[in-house]
Amino acid sequence: MIKLLEVKDLVQSFNLTSDFLDKLKLKNGRVTIESRVVNAVNGISFYINRGEVFSLVGESGCGKSTTARTIIKILEPKGGKILYKDRDITRLGPKEMLPLRKEIQMIFQDPYASLNPRQKVKDIIMEPMLFHRVAANKDEAYNKSIEILKKVGLRPEQANRYPHQFSGGQRQRIGIARALAVEPELIIADEPVSALDVSIQAQILNLLMDLKDEYGFSYLFIAHDLSVVRHISDRLGVMYLGCIVEKGSKEQIFSNPLHPYTRILLSSVPTIDEESITDSLELKGEIPSPIDLPSGCYFHKRCPFAKEICKKVVPQLKEIEDGHEAACHILLGEEGDRDNEKKGYTR
Amino acid sequence: MTTSAKSQQPKEKEDISIKERLNRIRSSEFIYNYKRNIPAIIGSIIIALALFVAIFGPLFAPQNPYDLTEIDLADAYKPPFWQEEGDSRFILGTDDQGRDILSGIIYGSRVSLFIGLTVMLMSCLIGTSLGLLSGYYGGKIDSLIMRIADIQLSFPSMLIALFIMSAFGRGVDKLLIALTLVGWVIFARTVRGETLSLKKKEFIEATKVIGLPNYKIIFKHVLPNVFTSVIVISTIKVGDFILTEATLSFLGVGVPITEPSLGLLVKNGFDVLFSGLWWVSVFPGLYIMMLVFGINLLGDFLRDELNPKLK
Amino acid sequence: MGNKLLEVKELRTYFHTFKGVVKAVDGISFSLEEGEILGIVGESGSGKSVTSFSILKLIEEPGVVEAEEILFKGEDLFRKSEKDMMKVRGREISMIFQDPMTSLNPLYTIQQQIEEMLKLHGNFNEGQRKERCIELLRLVGIPNPEDRLKSYPHQFSGGMRQRVIIAIALAANPKLIIADEPTTALDVTIQAQILKLMKELVYNEGASLILITHDLAVVSQMADRIAVMYCGKIVEEGSTDDIIKNTAHPYTKGLLNSIPRLNKNLNRLEQIPGMVPNMFDLPRGCKFAPRCKYSKEKCLVEEPKNIIVGRGHRTACHFPLKEGYILD
Repeated sequence: MIKLLEVKDLVQSFNLTSDFLDKLKLKNGRVTIESRVVNAVNGISFYINRGEVFSLVGESGCGKSTTARTIIKILEPKGGKILYKDRDITRLGPKEMLPLRKEIQMIFQDPYASLNPRQKVKDIIMEPMLFHRVAANKDEAYNKSIEILKKVGLRPEQANRYPHQFSGGQRQRIGIARALAVEPELIIADEPVSALDVSIQAQILNLLMDLKDEYGFSYLFIAHDLSVVRHISDRLGVMYLGCIVEKGSKEQIFSNPLHPYTRILLSSVPTIDEESITDSLELKGEIPSPIDLPSGCYFHKRCPFAKEICKKVVPQLKEIEDGHEAACHILLGEEGDRDNEKKGYTR
Repeated sequence: MTTSAKSQQPKEKEDISIKERLNRIRSSEFIYNYKRNIPAIIGSIIIALALFVAIFGPLFAPQNPYDLTEIDLADAYKPPFWQEEGDSRFILGTDDQGRDILSGIIYGSRVSLFIGLTVMLMSCLIGTSLGLLSGYYGGKIDSLIMRIADIQLSFPSMLIALFIMSAFGRGVDKLLIALTLVGWVIFARTVRGETLSLKKKEFIEATKVIGLPNYKIIFKHVLPNVFTSVIVISTIKVGDFILTEATLSFLGVGVPITEPSLGLLVKNGFDVLFSGLWWVSVFPGLYIMMLVFGINLLGDFLRDELNPKLK
Repeated sequence: MGNKLLEVKELRTYFHTFKGVVKAVDGISFSLEEGEILGIVGESGSGKSVTSFSILKLIEEPGVVEAEEILFKGEDLFRKSEKDMMKVRGREISMIFQDPMTSLNPLYTIQQQIEEMLKLHGNFNEGQRKERCIELLRLVGIPNPEDRLKSYPHQFSGGMRQRVIIAIALAANPKLIIADEPTTALDVTIQAQILKLMKELVYNEGASLILITHDLAVVSQMADRIAVMYCGKIVEEGSTDDIIKNTAHPYTKGLLNSIPRLNKNLNRLEQIPGMVPNMFDLPRGCKFAPRCKYSKEKCLVEEPKNIIVGRGHRTACHFPLKEGYILD
């Protein structure tokens, strides 16, 4: 397998107090300078093979969307490395990024905000084509955009309409068409179905999978919905407070979750077939603020299995089985038990 | 419009789309609401009349008040024609020089409207550009532009205009500059605010993913989406500018006597207002009132209709 | 089972807009027993939220509500005056809305907002009110309720705010709670907490609950009975088991199949083709016919009647997936 994208120890943070005047604080009668920083992504690493779907799952505020935007360099990374086709693109300027913009595209979450309301559908799709010279002239671009529209399930005569004349699902199709316009290799999909109705979700998910089979894309799929992730991904990483707490293949994570957070997340998902909510593992409290990160394991305050060590030592990702890694002092599952025994812990 | 109308007949395609667009406008919610909004219709009628008078007025004005050959001092202070000493030649009476008040208003409204519209265009241009820059780039440019705007807003705009005018003297050109200097701020602030919220929208992020250069993003994606707000403010501000100009001229620091605006006409009659010669300032005053009222009626409708935040 | 608490007959809510009439709710009937949880499921535009607003007569211009009857504890809400409705809202029937961020007034403390409800509906003195506030906050699982009374909404997270909203909804001991997408804005782990809490509260407090949501999985976990709405009509209604296992309407079947499952490996999801029709231009016969893979000629021209397919299980379909008979 060839690695298409590799991310190493990626860090992203936002300074809430960018204005100098905002930094001045009055404390105990003295003026001090202080800045508040949101630590959105705290050193995450993963890779995506060619033709593979890798998902990042997590609840709101876990930094999954920020990760996506940093990889595609809408946001400048604050640390770590991004390798695309083995080439370090972390520090590339806008000009050097241009050829890569054609190869990495993005699909957005909100179909109502992701299309310019003043642009016709054909212009939305033709703009990236003409800009990246995928089409030589307007006529060619127009014909190509009609082809793409058909591919994503829209009718050619709809090319002359404006976004507000479409439903949410159709708009998402237009967003996908825009990403396809430049014939990319990697598509970053940021919660592409979470704003859609259930019956439309299935249509869009199927479309994404069909397109992948036809063009051989790789996807970085960002989602909060575990059942969607289970459906679409080959491998996935579970994020909590800007860190990946567990990653592995779909089978490994869904049949044998090692990290307590993954397990709770899985049991919280309402399902149709069995009663799960009322006897689910309950998670105490809420996600801590990314401004003041907790000490030790970021999850320890909410973890039902937390021990003394979790409050002090930050757990590192360990490979428990082939390609299945988790960052926890007290692992769950059989493999976890073996590991815990070695260390002398009991759950 | 179907697929058959492809690239072979681009001309026909264009024609149909224009017709289609007209049809769409005619059947739009905007027009539907407009037709049911009586104040807005009154406002537009007033504005249309005022524009007509300003453009074609000289063709039918009873007199050219600046042509000394047409003026006779003997006609000074004639009251409106329905009063006892009234003269049917001077429907709204005359002033101290024997100039017809109606003609004065017609010619004065040209000056007032010219100033109002020009200042609007200039403030709109400057304010919108600065607002776009400020909102899109943020950082130091933003701090600089917004601090200047803040300082300007902390003084009454009339005071600033008064100061500038007294420093540089009367003149239409100076008036245009002074009013623009106080007028751009509201455009800049509104456009900046809208740009800031647009910048977070995913379709702007999408343009960055494509790699479009900033100027293209600003002109093709941000500007068209702040346009409706700019139109709304522009309409409301024209009335404001006309009033400010009138006030400055009334205070004697506005237009020169050779190019009297409506404000100056009011001032001319003000000294004799309480000596029974009321018509000299009351009629120009009423005209200003009506004009600004009409503009505001239409402006309010546009604001309610086009402002997505109110919907 | 107990007595009928709510009985809605032929409820119609039409919106007269400039583009035409939107039949948001078009002649639906359902009932709810005491202590029961009814789930109303539908996609956006199905009229599920409008239904709840119509029951409380909270529909504003240009909407018009009509109904044969809306019987609540034997009284007809539809014929009640606005003044009498004020007494019903909050005290007898309370509502929980989707967005916990905007349902609370940011300018008042939690205590003030709960007390407002207590003042309106009930005779308490100041001390009793405070005690009741603490009791309610404890009930909905807010830690250290005494200390949190003076907090403002912004000091709470989304999940905690939704708990406060539930506390306010419970304040006057209502007989019926209508929850409109109460957990849609929340994360899954928080959603699990809130759903668990709501289910417990309904059982312990003896209230009934109408749970409105787009999420069939959530409803199947919570409700005793489910009504599935499509384009302003109830297309299928029955016990949760019947809806999930003995599905009769093709739309319900389609919805069930299009949900990705945690415990199943499917390469492709079964999808409902097409999209929800334009509300200004609804199909003539069965509203679902254009998207239905079982539809026949009859479906396109004739609107289907309700068919009884089981005990307490009805569907509006010409060719239900289960044998049944027409009841007239």
